[in-house]
Amino acid sequence: MNIVTVGLNHRTAPVEIRERFAFREDELPQALKRLVAHHNINEAVIISTCNRVEVIGVVHDMEKGVWEIKRFLSEYHGIPYEEIKDHLYVFTGEDSVRHLFRVACGLDSMVMGEPQILGQVKDAYGVSVQSDTAGTVINKLFHKAFSVAKRVRTETRIGASSVSVSSVAVELAKKIFGELTGRTVMLIGAGEMAELSARSLLGAGVKEIIIANRTYERAVELAKEFKGRAIMFREFPHYLKYTDIVIASTGSPKFIIRPEDVAGVMKERRHCPMFFIDIAVPRNIDPLVNNIDNAYVFDIDDLQGVVEANLKERMKEAEQAELIVNEEIEGFYRWVKSLDVVPTIIALQRRLDEIRRAELEKALGQLKDLSEKDRKVLEAMTQAIVKKILHRPVSCIKKEAHSVEGDTFIEAVIKLFGLEEEDIIKKAREGGGK
Amino acid sequence: MDILFFHITATFYFFATIVYIGYLLTHREGFAKAGGYMVYGGFVAHTITIVSRWFEAGRTPAATMHESLTFFAWLSILLYIVLSYRYRVMVLGAFVAPFALFLLITASFLPKEIVPLAPVLESYWLPVHVGLAFLGNAFFAMACIFGIMYLIQERYLKSRKIRGLYFVLPSLEILDELNYRCLTYGFPLLTLAIITGAIWSEYAFGTYWFWGARQIWSLITWFLYAALLHGRLTTGWRGRKSAIFSVAAFVVLLGSFLLINFIIGGAHGLLG
Repeated sequence: MNIVTVGLNHRTAPVEIRERFAFREDELPQALKRLVAHHNINEAVIISTCNRVEVIGVVHDMEKGVWEIKRFLSEYHGIPYEEIKDHLYVFTGEDSVRHLFRVACGLDSMVMGEPQILGQVKDAYGVSVQSDTAGTVINKLFHKAFSVAKRVRTETRIGASSVSVSSVAVELAKKIFGELTGRTVMLIGAGEMAELSARSLLGAGVKEIIIANRTYERAVELAKEFKGRAIMFREFPHYLKYTDIVIASTGSPKFIIRPEDVAGVMKERRHCPMFFIDIAVPRNIDPLVNNIDNAYVFDIDDLQGVVEANLKERMKEAEQAELIVNEEIEGFYRWVKSLDVVPTIIALQRRLDEIRRAELEKALGQLKDLSEKDRKVLEAMTQAIVKKILHRPVSCIKKEAHSVEGDTFIEAVIKLFGLEEEDIIKKAREGGGK
Repeated sequence: MDILFFHITATFYFFATIVYIGYLLTHREGFAKAGGYMVYGGFVAHTITIVSRWFEAGRTPAATMHESLTFFAWLSILLYIVLSYRYRVMVLGAFVAPFALFLLITASFLPKEIVPLAPVLESYWLPVHVGLAFLGNAFFAMACIFGIMYLIQERYLKSRKIRGLYFVLPSLEILDELNYRCLTYGFPLLTLAIITGAIWSEYAFGTYWFWGARQIWSLITWFLYAALLHGRLTTGWRGRKSAIFSVAAFVVLLGSFLLINFIIGGAHGLLG
């Protein structure tokens, strides 16, 4: 039994290729069924997001399995293999497990550590379960991946800092004001980015939103949506003193907020801090405003700079996350080995041989006048019986071990003969999962 | 015995400082927690140091410069522990541990002998006066530390360069609030310390006030903090101004305390 991954992602393939490879959600069950219909593929999951398409398969023969998946991808999407082979990556065995764990943790994502991918991996697994293409190995593998991702979230700060402009605006506001409950935001101009930032700030508990826009109707519209208050554009300077956070995004070619305006407002506010977010180009807020005590001005480049700084911080945390991934792989592999057919067969043989010997000794104790030769005959006969009894089951497990049902067979044998107690099985299972 | 525990205490604070530096560099909370435990360990040893000194000397252990600094460091750590229970500002220890270490290192260079106290000076007013004065000073030390933290965080935000300590320092609002709280506790304590000092002086010398260097400087300090609090309450001083002022006032406080004692020797140059 081997775990393999064949796929492509944002690093290996441009969007023109990725979009042709993407699976629609509704076609996934049928695609999965086609996959496991292949001779070598026992279990399969397809992860298909805008940044990656990956097939994770549990295969019988590694090389043949990988080839079957490659051919499937090419045929399913009707793209000649020659065209895609340079974009595909293949992971096998431990690398495959590591890759899945890293993907689930967001370590392989375009935005390092982003949390959405975990949900997408969960969905992909869910579809596989529903389509009946997830067996013991996939089940175990994915549940392990989810628990690794959870561990990485709690033990590292990989998701702690924001990496989008609107969430960085919220984070900065929190570093200035502490809690945002009870704060007032003013939108001057109503671009998409401004709206997005306002939405994030509202989510963080901001009390009131004031909206000033050159087209008053648009301001009213937005005010309705945010349960805020629309004002005439020319009136916005009067409202500055009530405002803690200003988001400016008008098309004005000149600065609309100058240091002298803010200096006056500051006195009226008794120097309570003000946070100016200037996402307009050309800028709306004179950068000199930043020189006034308790006023903080960030333009779009500054915000972008923070995004990058936070990404660097995430990179540092990623190193820690990789260590956790490695640790968990070891645990997972110990479990995988326990499912190997060999220890089970050895344990089964030992168990039966024990019984044979015990019974033989009992019998020989009663048959005291047997010659050495008679004893040997009896010994050989009992051995032959055990061997004959074992022949079919053993060859059957060996054969079935690599089929979809294989692990069920092994589990069944272990249960039927009470092999859980056997040392060899115990050793193989130690530390393998929960 | 107190000297042994004095060294154990300093060792704890030393390692706490090292671990906290690790926290500041890596931002890993595990370091901050470990540093916190080392400070707790140090505090236990510190308490033993002070109690055993009290017994050995048979009087309030704040008569010599060595004792005063040790006692001041102990109150600062005590205050830190109380504050960190009340507010979750993990990074605070990274500033307090080196501060306590600095006080102890300074103390370790000073004569550690136990000197007897002139009988006229031993009075119940002594521990009250000394306790109030140093507790007030400990609050001012914290106000200074919050001021420093504010100035660092403000610098990151003003320069718009987000890195390093930005990630571990709390918000400006909280830092300003804590700075203010510490001032509002420190100031009445300092006032009471001056009053009890005067009462004690009346008992010991028959006069409430004589213009010694210490009296003059405590009055100057009192006026500085009075001005700062007044500025905060009436003209809306906050943030940066208040932070700079509390750092400056504490430098004056600590500087005058150390200098006077080094020049005149002993607390107020009267004891021992």
